[in-house]
Amino acid sequence: MTTEERAAGAGAPAGPLVELVGIRKAFGDLVANDGITLDVRPGEIHALLGENGAGKSTLVRVLYGLSRPDAGSIRAGGRAVQIASPADAIAAGLGMVTQEFSLVGPMTVTENVVLAGSRLGRVDLGAARERVRAAADRLGVRVDPDAFVADLSVGERQRVEILKALVGDCRVLILDEPTAVLTPQDARALFTALHRLTAEGMGVLLITHKLHEVVEVAQRVSVLRRGRLTATVDLATPVSTRHLAALMVGAEGLSDPAALGASEAEVTGVTSHPAQASHRSQVRRGMAGADEGRAPDEARVPVTPPALEAYGVRVDGPGRPVLDVDEVLVRAGEIVGVAGVSGNGQTELVQVLCGMRPIDSGRVLVGGADVTHADPMARIALGLGRITEDRRGSVVGVLSVEQNLVLEDLATFRRGPFVDRKAVRRHAERLIAQFDIRARPADAVRTLSGGTMQKVLLARALARDPRALVVAQPTRGLDVGAAAYVHEQLRARRAAGAGVLLVSDDLDEVLSLADRVVVLFEGRVAGVLPGGADPGEVGVLMAGGAAG
Amino acid sequence: MRLVERGRLPRWSGALAVVAAVAVTALLTAGPIRAAGANPAAAYRRYLFTPLTSGTGVAEVLLAATPLLFTGLAVAVAFRAGYYNIGAEGQLLAGTVGAAAVGIFLPDLPALVALPLAGLTGAAAGTLWAAVPAWLRVRGHIDEVVTTLLLNPVALLGVQGLLNGPWRNPETGFPESARLGPGYAIPALLGSRVHWGLVLGLVAVVVVAVVGARTPLGLRIAAAGHAPDAARFSGIRVGRIQVGSALVSGALAGLGGAVQVTGVQHQLTAGISHSYGYTGVVVATLAGLSALGVAAVGLLLGTLTVGAQNAAIVLHLPPQMGDIITALLLLTVVAALVLRRYGLRIRGAT
Repeated sequence: MTTEERAAGAGAPAGPLVELVGIRKAFGDLVANDGITLDVRPGEIHALLGENGAGKSTLVRVLYGLSRPDAGSIRAGGRAVQIASPADAIAAGLGMVTQEFSLVGPMTVTENVVLAGSRLGRVDLGAARERVRAAADRLGVRVDPDAFVADLSVGERQRVEILKALVGDCRVLILDEPTAVLTPQDARALFTALHRLTAEGMGVLLITHKLHEVVEVAQRVSVLRRGRLTATVDLATPVSTRHLAALMVGAEGLSDPAALGASEAEVTGVTSHPAQASHRSQVRRGMAGADEGRAPDEARVPVTPPALEAYGVRVDGPGRPVLDVDEVLVRAGEIVGVAGVSGNGQTELVQVLCGMRPIDSGRVLVGGADVTHADPMARIALGLGRITEDRRGSVVGVLSVEQNLVLEDLATFRRGPFVDRKAVRRHAERLIAQFDIRARPADAVRTLSGGTMQKVLLARALARDPRALVVAQPTRGLDVGAAAYVHEQLRARRAAGAGVLLVSDDLDEVLSLADRVVVLFEGRVAGVLPGGADPGEVGVLMAGGAAG
Repeated sequence: MRLVERGRLPRWSGALAVVAAVAVTALLTAGPIRAAGANPAAAYRRYLFTPLTSGTGVAEVLLAATPLLFTGLAVAVAFRAGYYNIGAEGQLLAGTVGAAAVGIFLPDLPALVALPLAGLTGAAAGTLWAAVPAWLRVRGHIDEVVTTLLLNPVALLGVQGLLNGPWRNPETGFPESARLGPGYAIPALLGSRVHWGLVLGLVAVVVVAVVGARTPLGLRIAAAGHAPDAARFSGIRVGRIQVGSALVSGALAGLGGAVQVTGVQHQLTAGISHSYGYTGVVVATLAGLSALGVAAVGLLLGTLTVGAQNAAIVLHLPPQMGDIITALLLLTVVAALVLRRYGLRIRGAT
């Protein structure tokens, strides 16, 4: 959309349609939104880009009144508004289309639309039908107002959701990952329809993690990372997907404020800075070398036996496999990182390796032994250590720290038929000292903070001296000190000869620790790079290999 | 208005919650008791203390508590593993049929053989009755709450069918079985009506308590019940533990049935279970699924039962008043425990 078109938007006021100012929202010790300020202007599609867990959903939940912010304010049409419920949001001119549609299948399109805005009293279906037709005309789509929603395709249902918002007189339409459920054709039709709305002066807030969508359809993009606004970029001049990928995953070489300017400043056409990026990775290599006395991507140390192997592993999902990797190989004494935009098969890979999810084909080996059909117990016995992203799904909250520490290993802590409670206590006290766990042995794990809980898991996995270690999101939600401690432990494992598979959404973490980096995209291995690789290059692979 | 989880709480707050629940129950039942024409304070004395003031009273209390030990324990064992067996009633009835069957068909066995055989048959019958829902749960993900519950009336109809058909008493013609052989009577304790079944129940309480608190299996069961995903992650075979707990639960309830047949009735009657299986759910819940708690609550409800009979005679209170107090106590205790863990917060406060 050109500036002329935007200015021509039906008498649109100059100011923003909606503004979020300094929004902060924390869940316990996890800060999901940290001082986020952004606005949606008339006639623009404003993309909100970020990985899963970056805070996008929390932000729109706050905006739509589904969640109360801890701090910050919302302005609509230049006036401060209190949005405590979706009803308030609708009154403030907002409309939202979520990924799970809120439609009633056995009712018609018109009835669904009426339902959205109905008050008590008589319903004039005839007039409602006309309003649906008018809204469909605005959107430039054909919708039969009397069709039953259950008979509609997913793309059509999404249009009905948009019609609901339009009939509710919304001025800003919020779309949460709208193309996740659409075919490419439906997605194009959606964007055509959205452009008609913005031409009228409406604003659209488009939540997505698909980079090419942002570049193709949005006028501006705000990038969230770990709850913070990394940058708001004007797309009037071309910006590469590589650059956006770097902003999203936090590859420091490219998100340098000096290269970007302040977040409010519009960055024009910054692509990658190969020189700078490679300088950065040189620096990192140097640091890693100093840390470890080894340079990750220098010529390999003598080839060591494999600690963990996966070949041709496939997990079928609806439509296409959610995981389909040819080979993931971790040798003794190395850290292999797994990078990728979250939701590209990392979770499934970890579940498969840990024995928590059956595979549809392929083989998994731990220390050379085939464990494809082995349960978690057998894998643990063969020397597999696991630290998964779902901390609360890995510990039993009501049990104590000491009980959780021996849960995988009860057979060795018994005296006759009973649990040897003294041995359990000694074991716990030793690990508490060794791993600096800030808890007493008898404390219920439920009462611990995320960082302490993570240390319990770390201690449990490492206490068995595993030869293969699968680690997922080990520092998510941890403070800097705790994260550094976790990294130190992983390096120590590597030095002790264990093979470590590190899965993380934090590209900095992967690049600084891993000897090799496997990049996953849509469940497949998009490429394998040496550790300390150029973050831009990793970003391209993460974005599906789209040229930057 | 919404519930917000409180932080860590001192241990005594649990006891405080129970005391508060008892007080609230007393307040709520005072009205109906007065409406029924009795003094609430006097009524409570009848319900809770009078039964314990005489030897026969205590004996009656212990007798009433005996089946509740078995069914309460049965429910607690299953619930702890995350298997919600509501079918202790049916499993107890199956146990009575099993024990009665050997007593009817092998009437001449000596006590040393007869009693263990009756107990084992009863436990086996209870296990069988529990096995079908357990199998359906693990194989077909069919909710055991529904299946175990619905099998209770089936068991009762089975008992009635037997008593009105093949097992009808040949001498009296009443719908009750013939009396069991003389070897099938559990000896009485101290010359009262209380029998050794009580001791068996207490032994079961101790065994369950020790296994739960002191053994690796107990830890695994706790993990499987509280956090099945984490348990699976830790290599614990959750399905196996739940099926095992379901079967042990059925066995305990069935054993309770066998004890009622051999210790009290000495024959099978249609009214042999005074809803012991359902009350078992109340006992286990009030006990917080603790085995020792089951013993304590079993005795409390036994006292209330005997007290209600006493109050019905002396104060002319309807005998159902005891059930009303029990039910209200369950509700208030559950509510008090929820409010102990979660605070009420009025909407809007941040």
